[in-house]
Amino acid sequence: MRFLLIIPTVFILVTTVFVLMRATGDPITAALGGRLTPDQLAERIHAAGYDRPILVQYVDYLGAVARGDFGTTLSDNRPVTQVLVTYGSATLELAVYAVIVAIVLGVPLGMLAAYFRDRWPDAVLRILAIFAYATPVFFAGLLLKLVFAVGLGWLPVAGRVSTDGEIAMQQAHATSGFMLVDAIRTGQPWVVVDVLQHAALPATALGLLTAGVFLRLVRTNMIGTLGREYVDAARSRGVRERRLVTAHAWRPALIPIITVVGLQVAMLLVGAVLTETTFEWRGLGFQLAQYLQARDFVAVQGIVALMAVVVAVTNFLVDIVAALVDPRVRY
Amino acid sequence: MARIEAGKLPVVRQLRQSVGLQRGMLVAGLVLTGLFVLVAALAPVLAPYGHSQLRDAAGPFGAQEPPSGRHLLGTTVGGYDVLSRVIFGAQTALLVVIASILASIVLGVALGLLSGYFGGWLDRVLVLVADAIYAFPSLLLAILGAIVISGGQSSLASGVGATALSITVVFVPQYLRVVRVEVLRVKGEAFVDAARVIGTGSWRIMTRHVLRNAVRTLPLIVTLNASEAILTLAGLGFLGFGIEPTAAAEWGYDLQRSIADVTSGIWWTALFPGLAIVVVALGMTLVGESLNDLADPRLRTRVRAASASTSPSTVAEDAR
Repeated sequence: MRFLLIIPTVFILVTTVFVLMRATGDPITAALGGRLTPDQLAERIHAAGYDRPILVQYVDYLGAVARGDFGTTLSDNRPVTQVLVTYGSATLELAVYAVIVAIVLGVPLGMLAAYFRDRWPDAVLRILAIFAYATPVFFAGLLLKLVFAVGLGWLPVAGRVSTDGEIAMQQAHATSGFMLVDAIRTGQPWVVVDVLQHAALPATALGLLTAGVFLRLVRTNMIGTLGREYVDAARSRGVRERRLVTAHAWRPALIPIITVVGLQVAMLLVGAVLTETTFEWRGLGFQLAQYLQARDFVAVQGIVALMAVVVAVTNFLVDIVAALVDPRVRY
Repeated sequence: MARIEAGKLPVVRQLRQSVGLQRGMLVAGLVLTGLFVLVAALAPVLAPYGHSQLRDAAGPFGAQEPPSGRHLLGTTVGGYDVLSRVIFGAQTALLVVIASILASIVLGVALGLLSGYFGGWLDRVLVLVADAIYAFPSLLLAILGAIVISGGQSSLASGVGATALSITVVFVPQYLRVVRVEVLRVKGEAFVDAARVIGTGSWRIMTRHVLRNAVRTLPLIVTLNASEAILTLAGLGFLGFGIEPTAAAEWGYDLQRSIADVTSGIWWTALFPGLAIVVVALGMTLVGESLNDLADPRLRTRVRAASASTSPSTVAEDAR
């Protein structure tokens, strides 16, 4: 039953996006309203089929989406699907870096905070986590940029790779869109370093935000399991404190953590949109901001619908993973 | 139940209850939030210039001027005084927070009551939609809201209204879910049955008996949502979907304009609006977190159980 629930969810999301976007009128008037004469406008609207009854358009749209066709952008006349594929890889890459940063920072620190519950390491860590939450990811990005890129000059200001690196990739015919993969395929270590240098600041900005969430999550759940009898029992058997935390209390705490981490995918995507804009990281978010400014609502509709579906599907997968980790949960 | 009745002023009660670090966090949060409200209320008195003022008696301000005696925090790329925009930004933020939370409470509580009390197909549809929207990336939803409501940018009154409503769209499902779960619980209690037995109408039972008992978890959500509203507002502004600079000062918009400044080493246009966001969001988060931790342990387990049990309960309903 759980498996079938994903279908109405995706359906509702796509419908919500359609209804909201079309509540304002047709996208052609929105994009070109001031620039064309009413006659030209009417002609374009007719050609694109936006003068048909809204229900017909809706059924048409659903059918197209089911075939994987999200329409064609108005501002640069590209299939939305192509935009999604081209820039989606960049966003995915950034999200993966950020999750790595978040896990490396958040999980051990959360364990530490739980172990030292209500003592000073806990206090410091919790306040840091709240700071991480309260700082908008784009402000964190701007600060990092100000200090490490402009002030100290250690890291590049923006972009995903330098021009030289890009040329090296093209010469090696490495154009998968995943910069790190492409850099490794060139076989030249300096390209890999170049790509990692570009990724460092955006990944840190987005990763810090997520790390704060992970820290709190791990702390809360570990406190729950650290207080159980079997942990005391293990301690009385002479199990070392370090192992108590990392082995005995950790696994039961993992189940709720996985569930909530799944919910963070939405936050991660929103964060990626803002981070990409800050660092001119040419991914879906950067592109979304461009299309928003151009009032290209066909493109916006496609990107937003895709992101919503990605989130819904991830949440669904997370439920399955949680069931695999926890033998008690069975769907 | 008696403890809840005694806590007519939730914050005061919890302040007395708290000790040590938790008290420190709560007090710090209250001080920061109080400061924010004060600055917002007194903005016209505190700010040296207007939020969209470009010149004074001594001539034009000039763009990207570093901090000086005339402009304590410098001027922006558009030639506005940074300090004045930071101060007036508090006003905009406060208005948006209040408007969005009020609207969310009204809509969310009403829908949650209807959904929980009457159940049936209405309940199923509302829960399904709320669950779908709950998983929607919040800022994207707010962007869609902003496009629908105002077609993008607008003046102060309509801009604040549109932004607040866009944020409301994000919050309503949360209130609906919480209120609905509480309504379902309260509905089964003896005093509701008793009221029905003596012939009380549905409307009166809902407003008198159920509503009062179902909304007591709301203060916690409100404090946590307040900081989320601030961050969503800033995110909207940062993506260029906020309030026009001539209509009102908005921190997110100012930060967006400062991206290019940062690259050329101009730090004051980014630093101060950003710090303002951090301070306000921090204050509200501290209050929300502390209240959450201090809340009645029974209440806390119930809140957690409510959010964790959503997916199984939907499954159960679906299977029925």
